[in-house]
Amino acid sequence: MNKRQLGRYFPIFVLPTFAAFCIGFIYPFLHGIYLSFCTFKTTSDAKFVGISNYVKAFQDPGFLHAFGFTALFTVVSVILINVFAFIVAYVLTSGIRGANAFRTVFFMPNLIGGVILGYIWQLIFNGILQNYGTNIKLDSRFGFWGLIILLCWQQVGYMMIIYISGLNSIPDSLYEAARVDGATRWQTLRKVTLPMLMPSITICSFLTLTNSFKLFDQNLALTAGQPGVAAAGGTTVYTTEMLALNIYNTFYQNANTRGVGQAKAVIFFLLVALIALGQLYATRKKEVQQ
Amino acid sequence: MKKIIALVLAALAIVLCFAACGKKEDTPSVYYLNFKPEQDGQWKALAKTYTEKTGVPVTVVTAASGTYEQTLTSEMDKTEAPTLFQVNGPVGLANWLDYCYDLKGSKVAGELTSEDFMLTKDGHVYGIAYVVETYGIIYNKTLLNKYFASDFATVKSIDALNNFTALKTVAEEIQAHKAELGVDGAFTSAGMDASSDWRFKTHLANMPIYYEYKDKGIGSTPAIEGTYLDNYKAIWDLYVNNATCDPTTLAGKTGTDAETEFKTGKAVFFQNGTWEYGALKKDDSGIGLDDAEFGMLPIYVGAKGEENLGLCTGSENYWCVNAKASEADINATLDFLNWVVTSEEGTTALADEMGFVSPFKSAKPASNPLVAIANEYIAEGKTSVSWNFSSIPSETWKNGVGTALTQYAAGKGTWQDVVTAFVDGWAAEYKAANP
Amino acid sequence: MTKKRFSIGSVIMTLISIVYVMPIFIVLMNSFKLKTTISASPFTFPQADSFCGFDNYVRGMTYGDYPFWKSALFSLVITVLATAAILLFTSMTAWFVARVDNIVCKVIYYLCVFSMIVPFQMVMYTLSKTADTLKLNNPLGIVVVYLGFGAGLAVFMFCGFVKSIPLEIEEAANIDGCGPLRTFFGIVLPIMKPTLISVCILETMWIWNDYLLPYLVLDIKKYRTIPIHIQYLNGSYGQVDLGAVMALIVLSIIPIVIFYFTCQKHIIKGIMAGAVKG
Repeated sequence: MNKRQLGRYFPIFVLPTFAAFCIGFIYPFLHGIYLSFCTFKTTSDAKFVGISNYVKAFQDPGFLHAFGFTALFTVVSVILINVFAFIVAYVLTSGIRGANAFRTVFFMPNLIGGVILGYIWQLIFNGILQNYGTNIKLDSRFGFWGLIILLCWQQVGYMMIIYISGLNSIPDSLYEAARVDGATRWQTLRKVTLPMLMPSITICSFLTLTNSFKLFDQNLALTAGQPGVAAAGGTTVYTTEMLALNIYNTFYQNANTRGVGQAKAVIFFLLVALIALGQLYATRKKEVQQ
Repeated sequence: MKKIIALVLAALAIVLCFAACGKKEDTPSVYYLNFKPEQDGQWKALAKTYTEKTGVPVTVVTAASGTYEQTLTSEMDKTEAPTLFQVNGPVGLANWLDYCYDLKGSKVAGELTSEDFMLTKDGHVYGIAYVVETYGIIYNKTLLNKYFASDFATVKSIDALNNFTALKTVAEEIQAHKAELGVDGAFTSAGMDASSDWRFKTHLANMPIYYEYKDKGIGSTPAIEGTYLDNYKAIWDLYVNNATCDPTTLAGKTGTDAETEFKTGKAVFFQNGTWEYGALKKDDSGIGLDDAEFGMLPIYVGAKGEENLGLCTGSENYWCVNAKASEADINATLDFLNWVVTSEEGTTALADEMGFVSPFKSAKPASNPLVAIANEYIAEGKTSVSWNFSSIPSETWKNGVGTALTQYAAGKGTWQDVVTAFVDGWAAEYKAANP
Repeated sequence: MTKKRFSIGSVIMTLISIVYVMPIFIVLMNSFKLKTTISASPFTFPQADSFCGFDNYVRGMTYGDYPFWKSALFSLVITVLATAAILLFTSMTAWFVARVDNIVCKVIYYLCVFSMIVPFQMVMYTLSKTADTLKLNNPLGIVVVYLGFGAGLAVFMFCGFVKSIPLEIEEAANIDGCGPLRTFFGIVLPIMKPTLISVCILETMWIWNDYLLPYLVLDIKKYRTIPIHIQYLNGSYGQVDLGAVMALIVLSIIPIVIFYFTCQKHIIKGIMAGAVKG
């Protein structure tokens, strides 16, 4: 097809998406960056104040704690989810009876929304913990592991599907060759399966990484950041509050700190962008090696 | 295939058109962002009546418990912002001053029985108190009399129950003999779920603030000293250690839990207020208290001279009209308010269905036994405790105190954490709100 | 692969599977218990004195002054319309961008890729403000917002696929006198079916379960979706009716389960295909 001929169809093919994209992304994004340098209660009374919002954001112990908590949470959940998902996928592709039924079961929780998941698990955790005279909102360790269990339950199924597809795409001839060479099961796993599975591992770790780092709904519904601890200077630090929830609370709980909330959001965006770039870099390097 | 695609395409085009055009409503309308979840249904019914009578649409939205400020912040930013909202007093007013219409000379302001119920600044009237409420320790008369009559009772009559020591004795003796009295505990669960925690992080916290203000003769402060925090601790300890449940389970207990315990006669005392009557009275299934069974005690914390104190009476509910709404909407809102406080339907709803004591000239007496009890205290010459929690610098402060109380009760945190959240948190939040 | 066999592995997996579905089962069980008995003993079967039949469901339908069926309806309408809009418009855009490939198209493509890494919190406030100003705060308007915010991933995935379609097919169509519209809808779109399904699954799951975007964008006076409805039940109205919450959780899971069992094959395939591209 002639490019120029096609070019005339720009309004039909691109304009609807692009207009919506401007409304739903470009304008809010730029406006958001601008507002992070302002104090405002509502947009109509925004006053430019320079970088003071960023200074305040970095001075907020709650935000710094949320960063540490989110980072730790992300590391643990990425490892656990991927390990479990791989094990399940490995077992299900090993010719076990009823593999399809198991796959159905493991995938199901993935379809349930974060808020609903939060309430389901709150009931279960508190049902168990009350026998020991405590509650998920009382101890940040419970909150941490509660969120980990919840997220594993939700996401193992999804990652499992990707691993199954990866495992199925490894040609049988490779396994044959390994068997002929007298490789043990363990050696086959380490020397054949895992290297061949690298693309799936990269995808899954990236997906779990961003999902965990940006977690919001589950956090809000399960612990809502509780328990809080009084920090020096009188501010209360909510010990299971992750970055997204901290930003949300800064923004909507107190009309005086909305500029700071927007500044935190920009910082959050930069962090996510950094992770994505790191990921891109890692993938590129792999591709070159292959 | 092609037909289907064409159809979908056409449908979407129409849909997007509709969405883009939107519906413009020219008729003036009222949008009330209600603060009180307990009265959500009644307000909606009243709004419907008004719309049927006048044709003016009135929308009522109630913010979830503990999220009013959050909802107001996001709603105020919208093009269809609330035309009627509320602030909790001077601190709330400072936040929303630019949005408060001057109600001076309006009909509804003229209906107030006293100028004391106006929220003013620099000679302008920005808010109107629409309900005067009272809280204290509600008790079940039948159960308490059963205790007075029992042989293990040290305190023998309600007249002797007029200070913290007596309250402590009664509570602990009830707790020790709960099986004989057929209850699960002296106090209902002091639930720290969002549906219930305001009873302690706000209403109970009023006691130490009240006494400190009284000593200093002030009405607000940039830095609270916490001179009465030991009393706060004493009453909180009493609540959590003599309750229907283990202190460690409080974090998950809800307002409904406490309500149910009191309603079913499983607890003798329940710290709450006049607004709670509707939820506690005998319901259709015969569960609940008869009007004659209600009693209410002042919250004794062991401060000097508390024998002469009455219940906590005040208001944290001031109607404000959005100054940035259109002229027509402002007038519609003022008309609606005037109708609510003067018409037969409005005053009946306020008094009977919502159980409000309203400071308006044509207000009907509330048919609420808790209100009658509150009036008796005043008739006896007891001094009412004022509501000083409206001078609390922010919601963030309340949440900080709340989470510290929860953990202290569960043995996970120390009382010092509560003190830090109370004293240091106050200073920090005051500074943040008044840069 | 060897013949499928019954083994100790199957037994272990069966046990794990039972544990895995337990949470859903516990919620189902509790939805038939009296609201006052749930939080005290969530793991017991309904007994004679705690069983309450379908009371929780009946109460749940109207609980909280906003009928549940309305929330469910809005969830359904928004999900279907927004997914349809995203599929249609972004596939068109992606094909155009991949084929024309001039400077404007490159800019659009990289903007889309860029938007994928921007977290929602970054635009949460300004987006809801913009949507409000443009009167997009209704179930139809939010379709535009979803199309805008969700365009990035969809355009990216479609572009990746379009680049793998050989140009010759389209050129042949062009010689036969097909204009761009006929070429796209008659030839390209059918070829794109696998990617269409992947994107459809991803977007449906995202939009159906999304909480914060509709919560901030929709006019709370009139519209709610299921996640908003469930979140409202917690602590709103000064009451917490756990029985109703359990019943509504069950009701909101049922459509998902039905959807899953009817299109399981597509969902699994869609995710596999999506992952390879992702």
